[in-house]
Formats: sequence, structure tokens, C-alpha cells
Amino acid sequence: MSATISRGLDRPHEWLMAVIGDEDTVTGFLLAGIGDASGGAHNFLVVRRGSTSDEDIADAFRRFTAARADVGIVLITQSAANRIRHLVSEYRQAMPAVLEIPSKDEPYDAAQDSTLQRVRALLGIRER
Amino acid sequence: MSQRGGVPVVPSRMALTQIKARLGGARRGHAMLKKKADALLVRFRGLLRQILELKEACAVKLREALFALTAAKYAAGEDLKHVIQESVHRATLRVSTTAENVAGVQIPCFECRQRAETPSLAEGDTGGEGHGRALHTTYAGLGKGGQQVAASREAFRAALDAYVRLASLQTSFIVLDEAIKITNRRVNALENVVIPRFEETLAYIVSELDEQEREEFFRLKLVQNRKKRELEKRDAQAAAERARRAVQAFAAFDAAAFGDGCSGGSERLGLLEQAAGHDPELLPL
Repeated sequence: MSATISRGLDRPHEWLMAVIGDEDTVTGFLLAGIGDASGGAHNFLVVRRGSTSDEDIADAFRRFTAARADVGIVLITQSAANRIRHLVSEYRQAMPAVLEIPSKDEPYDAAQDSTLQRVRALLGIRER
Repeated sequence: MSQRGGVPVVPSRMALTQIKARLGGARRGHAMLKKKADALLVRFRGLLRQILELKEACAVKLREALFALTAAKYAAGEDLKHVIQESVHRATLRVSTTAENVAGVQIPCFECRQRAETPSLAEGDTGGEGHGRALHTTYAGLGKGGQQVAASREAFRAALDAYVRLASLQTSFIVLDEAIKITNRRVNALENVVIPRFEETLAYIVSELDEQEREEFFRLKLVQNRKKRELEKRDAQAAAERARRAVQAFAAFDAAAFGDGCSGGSERLGLLEQAAGHDPELLPL
């Protein structure tokens, strides 16, 4: 636990943001300037209906959260997260932070968000 | 050894002071950890509400950004996304982390950082003076719809800023959650295991010391009694010995008196009384 926290703290460092999601969402964030292709590896994955398998998404998720040490935030659309829900739910590290964002093609459902579920549960239990 | 759950110690005065000091330390640590857990919990509960609110706000912002992108696509043509995806080279927007300290727990806090455009992208211009120019040089192939593209870029930046803030909150949430669990575990361990164990050990040592004291007292009394009795016995023996010697001496004296021809029971008795004085023990002889 402490190792993952201190990873971001020992040295002043700049982190990349990674995106996994549908074409438009990824394009938009790339337009904002978070895209990085240095060293031959992209820090984004475009999930296309039909041609992108669950395994591809899981691979990208593992690559961004575990293998690559320069990613600080992973943005993943809810529709992509739903396809690898077991990985997202199990993910409990602080760094990199995994955020679920609404995807363009499907309405956003807060009840499916792994982090929000935990938050809700804690608030519910505490308020009861 | 009749210790059950306590710390293994030899019951002595020194162990008593040691255990007392350790119990005091454990109690102080318990109080401090409890305060820490309270401080973390206050922070944590505020965080939960903030996360829920910001998550909603972020979703709204992203929706606006996607709408702006649709407008840009309409203006610039469908190949906009290919141009953008192909032109990715180095990230110009990154996040940096700073550590925040809450009751001794280090929490990483994200901050958005804009980087200067790299020379290769901005055609020799390292300044990157404003989005307009960067956009012109980066997406030169588009030709039209620059305004809409810039607008959607701004919208996505705004959404990203919000998400970076949310990431800070979420990271704090995870770290604090873990820290609270650890602290509570320590508080409970001290409260339910360490402190009772010391208390039991303390009670054991005290009872054992009391027992030793009672034994010591009993032994003392025993010896005292025995000595007293021995003394009395010796006194009695000495008195008896004295009496026996006196009788012997007088017996010899009486025989001499007989030999001298000096007779008369009354005289003999008188002499005896004279020799024995008023000692009542000697008289019956």
C-alpha cells in the first residue's frame, strides 16, 4: 500500500493520463492534449464496436494501471468498464487513479460505477 | 506459573514497575490513535459527499464537450478524428502530484500541467503561444472549422480539469479508507488485546507479591513462635537443673550433719528452708 502511494511522492514527476473509450470520447481528450505516443506506445485505446474484444480492453487496462509506471490517471468509459467489470471492481490502488466516465453512446448509470458504489455503501452505512 | 493470557514475566517489584510503564504507554497510544482515527473520519465523510457531487458535475461537463465535438465534426468533416489520432506525438497536458498531509497520512493530490508544444509539432516555435496557434500548426490539414475545433478542445480541457480534481478526491478516498482501516485495527488491538493483557499481568504480579508477603509474614511468626518456645523450654530446663543441683548439694550437706552427730528433724528442716529461701519449687523436696 505505502509503496503505491509513495510512488507518486518521492520525486516530483509528471504523469500521463490514459483513456479507454469510444471513438468520440478518446478523440476529444486527445484534442485536449493528453495523447502521448513517445516510445512507440500509445496511452489510449479506442474501443470499436465489434472489432475490439474484451481481452483487448483488459490488456490495455492492465498496461495502464500496472505495467506502465508513467500513468497517473486512467479514464475509462462506463461501457468499456462494464466489459471488464471484474478488473475494475478489484482495482483498489490509489495510484494510478481509475475514473469511470460517461460514454457517448450509452446513458450514464451511477449505480454501476465501482467507486461510487463504495462511496454510496459507506455513506449509507454511516447514516443509518 | 498461573498466568493465563498475560505477558510472561517473573513476579517482582521491578517487573511491576515495567508493566505499569508499558500499560501507561499503551493507554496513551490508544488515546492518540483514537484522535487520529477521528480526524481521518471527519475528513473522509466530507470527501464522500464531494465525490458524489463532483462526479455529477463531471458527467455534465463531458456531455457538453461531446456536444461541442459533434459540432466540430460537422464543421470540419468526418476525418477530423483521424487527423487528431494520427497527430498524437507527445502529451502536452499532464498531471503532477503533490503530497498533502492529513493527520500523518500522505495523500497524493493531482494538478493539471500544460506543457509547451514541442518544436517538431509547432514548426520551430517552442513558445506555444495560445491554443489558436498550436491548433493551426498541429491540425494544419483540416482547413476549415477551426473555431469549432478550438471550442470543443476548450470544452474537453474543462472536463479534464474537473476529472483531475475528481481523481484527487478519489485517490484521497482510497488512501484515507485504507488509513482509517489500519488505524481502527490498531485502536482495537490496543483496546481489546494489549491493554487487557497488561492489566491481567499487573493483577497477576500484584496477587503474587501479596501472596509472597503473606508467606513471609507467616514464616516470620512461625520462627518467632518457635524461638519463644525454645527459650521457654531452655529456661525451664535451666531452672530444673538448678533445683537438682541444689538438692544434691543439700543432700551432701545433710549427710555431713548426720555424721557429726547433730540430730533433730526440726533443725534439719530449718536449715533446708534457710538454704532454699522462699523458692516454692524446692520446698516439696
